[in-house]
Amino acid sequence: MKILVCITHVPDTTSKINFIEGNTKFDPSGVQFIIGPYDDYALARAIELKEATAGATVTVLNVGPADTEPTIRKALAIGADDAIRINAEPTDSFFVATQIAQEAKAGNYTLILMGRESIDFNGGVVHSLVGEMLGIPSVSPVMKLELSGNVAKLTREIEGGKEEVEVSLPLVAGCQEPIAEWKIPNMRGIMSARTKPLKVVEPKTVDSGVKLQKFELPPPKGAVKMIAADNVAELVNLLKNEAKVI
Amino acid sequence: MPTLVFVESAEGKIKKTSLEAVAYAHALGTPVTAIALGAVDTAELESLGKYGAQKVLHVADSKFNQGVIQAYASVLTQALADEKADILVLADSSLGTPIAARVAARTGSSLASNVVALPDTSTGFVVKRSIYTGKAFANVALNNAKKVISLKKNAAEAKEVGGAASVTPYTVSVPDADFAVKILSSEKATGEVLLPEANIVVSGGRGMKGPEHWGMLEDLAKVLHAATGCSKPVSDLGWRPHHEHVGQTGVKVAPQLYVAVGISGAIQHLAGVNSSKYIVVINKDAEAPFFKAADYGIVGDAFEVIPKLTEALKAAK
Repeated sequence: MKILVCITHVPDTTSKINFIEGNTKFDPSGVQFIIGPYDDYALARAIELKEATAGATVTVLNVGPADTEPTIRKALAIGADDAIRINAEPTDSFFVATQIAQEAKAGNYTLILMGRESIDFNGGVVHSLVGEMLGIPSVSPVMKLELSGNVAKLTREIEGGKEEVEVSLPLVAGCQEPIAEWKIPNMRGIMSARTKPLKVVEPKTVDSGVKLQKFELPPPKGAVKMIAADNVAELVNLLKNEAKVI
Repeated sequence: MPTLVFVESAEGKIKKTSLEAVAYAHALGTPVTAIALGAVDTAELESLGKYGAQKVLHVADSKFNQGVIQAYASVLTQALADEKADILVLADSSLGTPIAARVAARTGSSLASNVVALPDTSTGFVVKRSIYTGKAFANVALNNAKKVISLKKNAAEAKEVGGAASVTPYTVSVPDADFAVKILSSEKATGEVLLPEANIVVSGGRGMKGPEHWGMLEDLAKVLHAATGCSKPVSDLGWRPHHEHVGQTGVKVAPQLYVAVGISGAIQHLAGVNSSKYIVVINKDAEAPFFKAADYGIVGDAFEVIPKLTEALKAAK
């Protein structure tokens, strides 16, 4: 079984977000980049499946410029066998999905895992787009994935609950907790990651009909109004007459 | 040319987020055709007229009672063609977002999800999306004639504009392959206010000290007609189910009012609530970072403040 895990290279969840060049570019200064937290769950589950399945391999894929390579190496250190980097800025979901679909098809992967969404662009659509482009099912957000031969049983989160589904491979799944525990690379993994193959592929040209104009930050929040603990009536009054939300 | 709106229902009722999608389409200034699949009350479908739909297509075939994504995408693709609609509007959800993606890929549409506002059409068609988990926005031009727009909650106000809609039965034959994903079972909280849809959310953190104390939050939620949520540690500890976890890696909420009790306000939690209109923070630690993100704050013991607040709200009704 060939498993493809698509990862994003995103600012750490505690990062302060700023933009430069007239609000057209993300400001990376002082920002630590990580494997997308949801992608990390996908990777962890992929490694578990590889360990449980004789002959299974895990390839990681990232769409990004050369500076994402440390993030890719980390995924290799966690246990992926090899990696592909599509040498392009991940400008929009359709563009990224097109690149993934092309590689997935060429490599004949039977299970394609990724996070439910990236934590920078928050589109939450790449898994569905890849499924559509390959003409195969996609399921997201997946909290549990069990394989029995060619059949996958998955638990998907829905609003206010969950859904159990069954589907034959090939399959695309967008993952989230608690599908697996995040894995931390050990020293042996880190050493071996340096020499694992990382293939760089030039992107396919695609016009997604989507173009970024400008970023913007939300307006700053006003100061908090503190209310004494023994005066909850005042809070009720403010919610009713000032905020008008109750 | 009309705009097509996919409306979702739960327990036979149209979801509020779908009413917002109808209102959004109405605000685009084009005629609005809504489409619903599966079992929905006809009176509910007719009521879409009040929010701006002129026409409602209803696919009543029982095989669409379950939300099968690929099959729904086939129906919507056909409906766009039949209605000669260029734009599809829907609400982001576990069903809506994947359908949006598939329909966009099939029809060659410009796709935007997590959209928070009506488009700016002064130069082209520019939508505003929420990015970096609510910490920023991106203004994105959708350049193709065909567009699929998937909305974050509160992107438009579901207000009544006083029209009427005619409901038309609609049938589409979809290939069996569209039902490849078999839904074996689903578990859904019923009768309660669902967290992603709620106008008011009451959330508890580790400061609640244990699952046995959730009753007082539920009482507060009940008088506010609110949904209950929790912080990540609370769901990690198994005090509350995962679908109540609000934050960066859980549910992102956008209510009118978010009440946080015993939650310190880690940046990952704030990422899930920063689209709330008003935030109330109740915490015994005056230094809790959540106060900086709040509109109203009370420094105090939750076990004393919450019952008093519940009583005061009851009295104010």
